[in-house]
Amino acid sequence: MFHIYCPYCEELREEEEFHPKGQAHIARPTDPDTCSDEAWGDYLFFRDNPRGIHHELWVHAVGCRKFFNITRNTVSYEILETYKIGEEPRFTAEHPAGKPTEQAAAEAEAVARQEGVKA
Amino acid sequence: MNQSVKQPNRLGEGGRIDRARTLSFTFNGKRYTGHAGDTLASALLANGVDIVNRSFKYSRPRGIVAAGPEEPNALVQLGSTEAAQVPNVRATQQALFDGLTAQSTNGWPNVQRDVMGLVGKLGGRFMPPGFYYKTFMAPASMWMTYEKVIRMGAGLGRSPMVPDPDVYDHLNQHCDLLVVGAGPAGLAAALTAARSGARVILCDEQEEMGGSLLDSRERLNNQPAAQWAEQVLAELAECDNVTLLARTTANGYHDHHFVTLHERRTEHLGETAPVVDGYCPSRSRMHRVRAGQVLLATGAHERPLVYAGNDVPGNLVAGAVSTYIRRYGVVPGTKLVLSTSNDHAYRVALDWHDLGKASGREVVAIVDARQAPDGELVEQARARGIRIITGSAVLEAKGDKRVSGARVATIDAEAFKVTGQAETLACDTIASSGGYSPVIHLASHTGARPTWSDEVLGFVPGLVKGVHAAGSARGIHDLAEGLADGVAMAARALEALGRTAGSIELPQVDALREGAACALYQVPHEKQTLRAPKQFVDLQNDVTAAAIELATREGFESIEHVKRYTAMGFGTDQGKLGNINGMAIAARCLNKTIPEVGTTVFRPNYTPVTFGAIAGRHCRELFDPERYTALHQWHVEQGAEFEDVGQWKRPWYFPQVRAEAANGERESMAEAVARECLAVREKVGILDASTLGKIDIQGPDAREFLNRIYTNKWAKLEVGRARYGLMCRDDGMLMDDGTTSCLGENHFLMTTTTGGAAGVMEWLELWHQTEWPELQVYFTSVTDHWATMTVTGPEARKLLAEITDIDLDRERFKFMDWREGKVADVPARVFRISFTGELAYEINVQANYARHVWKTLFEHGDKYGLTPYGTETMHVLRAEKGFIIVGQDSDGSVTPEDLGMQWAVGYDKPYSWVGKRALSRSDTRRTERKQLVGLKPKDPKVVLEEGAQIVFDPDHAIPMPMVGHVTSSYYSPTLESGFALAVVKGGHRRMGEIVYLPSADGKTHAAEIVGPIFYDSKGERQHV
Repeated sequence: MFHIYCPYCEELREEEEFHPKGQAHIARPTDPDTCSDEAWGDYLFFRDNPRGIHHELWVHAVGCRKFFNITRNTVSYEILETYKIGEEPRFTAEHPAGKPTEQAAAEAEAVARQEGVKA
Repeated sequence: MNQSVKQPNRLGEGGRIDRARTLSFTFNGKRYTGHAGDTLASALLANGVDIVNRSFKYSRPRGIVAAGPEEPNALVQLGSTEAAQVPNVRATQQALFDGLTAQSTNGWPNVQRDVMGLVGKLGGRFMPPGFYYKTFMAPASMWMTYEKVIRMGAGLGRSPMVPDPDVYDHLNQHCDLLVVGAGPAGLAAALTAARSGARVILCDEQEEMGGSLLDSRERLNNQPAAQWAEQVLAELAECDNVTLLARTTANGYHDHHFVTLHERRTEHLGETAPVVDGYCPSRSRMHRVRAGQVLLATGAHERPLVYAGNDVPGNLVAGAVSTYIRRYGVVPGTKLVLSTSNDHAYRVALDWHDLGKASGREVVAIVDARQAPDGELVEQARARGIRIITGSAVLEAKGDKRVSGARVATIDAEAFKVTGQAETLACDTIASSGGYSPVIHLASHTGARPTWSDEVLGFVPGLVKGVHAAGSARGIHDLAEGLADGVAMAARALEALGRTAGSIELPQVDALREGAACALYQVPHEKQTLRAPKQFVDLQNDVTAAAIELATREGFESIEHVKRYTAMGFGTDQGKLGNINGMAIAARCLNKTIPEVGTTVFRPNYTPVTFGAIAGRHCRELFDPERYTALHQWHVEQGAEFEDVGQWKRPWYFPQVRAEAANGERESMAEAVARECLAVREKVGILDASTLGKIDIQGPDAREFLNRIYTNKWAKLEVGRARYGLMCRDDGMLMDDGTTSCLGENHFLMTTTTGGAAGVMEWLELWHQTEWPELQVYFTSVTDHWATMTVTGPEARKLLAEITDIDLDRERFKFMDWREGKVADVPARVFRISFTGELAYEINVQANYARHVWKTLFEHGDKYGLTPYGTETMHVLRAEKGFIIVGQDSDGSVTPEDLGMQWAVGYDKPYSWVGKRALSRSDTRRTERKQLVGLKPKDPKVVLEEGAQIVFDPDHAIPMPMVGHVTSSYYSPTLESGFALAVVKGGHRRMGEIVYLPSADGKTHAAEIVGPIFYDSKGERQHV
């Protein structure tokens, strides 16, 4: 049973409080009426089934009723992060160890600048 | 009385039992005695009971082999009464209590003389793996018959046939560190963590904590090892941050360090929970532990050697013999032969020898597979003058119901050959040791694969983040090293928790130099494995070395396939005793190494868990929550029959006492429903509709939200009006329906189906939160806040007018209007909505006023013939009107168009509402889609079966093309005929056609396709 951090309640809670709602970041086509059958079918029916990092939509169903996203490793079941709707994941298939945070990026830039000065 | 007479194998002194307390027990109908501190197994051995069971497949006599959860044979059925029956208890894990009643699980008609034993003796060679399936396969129809007879001969226990008198609990626990196992490593680890201030749970499956320290020859701080364990446990018991759970097995390791512990609280006291201090405790508890870090100090299981006749009673795992002697004061025989591949097992011979000649016990020989063993324990054995036969092994145990001798010869383990002439040693007990397998089960539950260690000669656990193993559980069998490992691993876990380990002074252990072990699994025999007497690998499932060899020859190369074909590691055993030996044999046959063959996957549970503990309090009335409306008690008082709708209890129908019946006999369901239906159609009826889901929707964008989520239009719905709406998923399929009323410009009340309320609520939130967060709209569930009473029928207006201040004039309060006012002097919302097709008012009041309003209605209703009706009548009435029930007439593959409800679809709404795009997919445009129609049976007496399949041509060859099915079907007392709703391929353009419904009883009914509205097709009655 998962132990899930609700980004709204800001607490770890038992999986029993939550419902999984499938793959995250499935955007509804902005103009469905001009969308091709194929594109509409992809939106409706086709989902990824990756081995490794996966972004999922969950709802704190018997808690705050908020929907949010989970980045989960489908092999180890480790939950790498939870984040609110509208936010971007830090851990992705491209960045399994986590994207550099803004602070880290700023520091890296500062170091680069220093090195530039030295050069 | 002289104990030695009553318990011939009991020592006069020693062990951790209380000889002053004698307990009596019954095994297979015979009475015996044991002592407090005994397990059932130790007590049986003390009494010299050799045969405790018959084996699963060959029905061979079997004795006790081990002393812990790995015991394969001594499975017993407990209980002196039917309610107390517990199947498959391992006698080695059952503490003895006074009056314990046990029976062999297997062995029909009894263990001493067993009919099936003949099969084992004569037919053994002819029962290869897959025997039953291969032999009894044809004809398939006979398998059920064969199976019954086979199961009588085999089988593993039985469940009780009456309810369990005990209660069971679930406890949710949180801790920083969970330590599993209270042996040397576990105790050292728990003490380290306890002193750091961390919250610790220490659990151990045995009756007493201490593990191997309880029967160890070694001394700690120059005291018996058990004394050190007692001191540590005393300190831990004093710590507020430590929870000690004895008799508690960690059975399952689930995701994110969620571990289930099964604590047996009263199994050692009686067969049902006794009354303690005036109250009855729960029999056992399931602790649901969420741990920060987990330390596995689960120890190791000794592997027996695989040799011919190794299942004859008197063959034991070496360490178990020491446990029985040192912990229980029981010697399971007189003349011992030890067959070993390692130094560690020499302890057994020393323990046996040290009992002294006067006790009548003798170590005949130690047979060591190694050429030149030279460890300190070997030296100690030599110094005692025990005969040691090196480079050799026990090839075969002689004897039938008890070991009578051991055939010993020199072997070449590498070449898998017997190299010398066999010598037969007279003995009654053979202890064997092939090394020690770390108990990796829990670590395996996490999905981490174990890895083979040539140094350990076993699999060591794979560990995911946050899991640590210590001591024997990772192959460190030396006592001093194991203690130190417990401290080190605890420190590592504490560091991960951001804590500093408490300081701990380890006890002094006399270092003991041990020689290297050799790898020996199956002992070679002079004959080939397939021709040699049976060499058992898995005693519980009767899997032999020959069976594994045969499996590999038949092409089962994956160890997972070998396991399933031979049943190795099935049952309660779960591979504890035989798995490594089995894998080693498969590896030898396939010419591979053990790591190449791999290991099978262990899954929860580690040992069997009683269903009661799994269920906890979630049984009987708490099995599933029941929801009652505010009027429930009234329905009960009226003798209503109830129907489950989701979790709700709804009145199904209200059977009345038959007027003509003197004995109080009540109406049948058909009679009650007919009476209720006619009352609504002719006078007035009342329904408790409180269970309908109700969602309060507010916000400036509420109307826009409704426009997007419903298929029909909401832009122009005025305050005071209500509208029926359809809700689709984005694939265009109907998911719910209901009416929504406009309470204010920015305020709506949505109703949903009873079963769909929670799902619809989540659905609204999903769209709002993920797709349209810019809309200002808020949803609140108000289902339980309002009670809904539907008053319907031609007399409804007259009745309601008597108790309300609302103007009910038909022109001023029209169909699909709602009004606010007082009903029976309490505030109410009255909706003119009809699900019966008759004049109808749905009265909504605060739930706590419901009973008052309901009773007031009845006080005034008598003269109008007011009749309560239930869900069955509601169904008949709505079906007569062709009103659908979502989930009954639709099934998730039905669009509004399939239902002929285009009138409720706003094709030209500006926003592409949920489900709209899907209605123009090629699949939803097919003309042969199943469409909702009415069916009129040719014979009006026939009520078609719901779910019945429909065909166009009843003379078509089987299989007939099935073109639809009946979704709703009832007898209509108004129409005096059966009628049905159905979905039929292309049904909308097939009006008037005849279809056929072949039924299970062989009859075929004919029915005409008609429109779905059977009554008042113009809808005039609801407008009166």
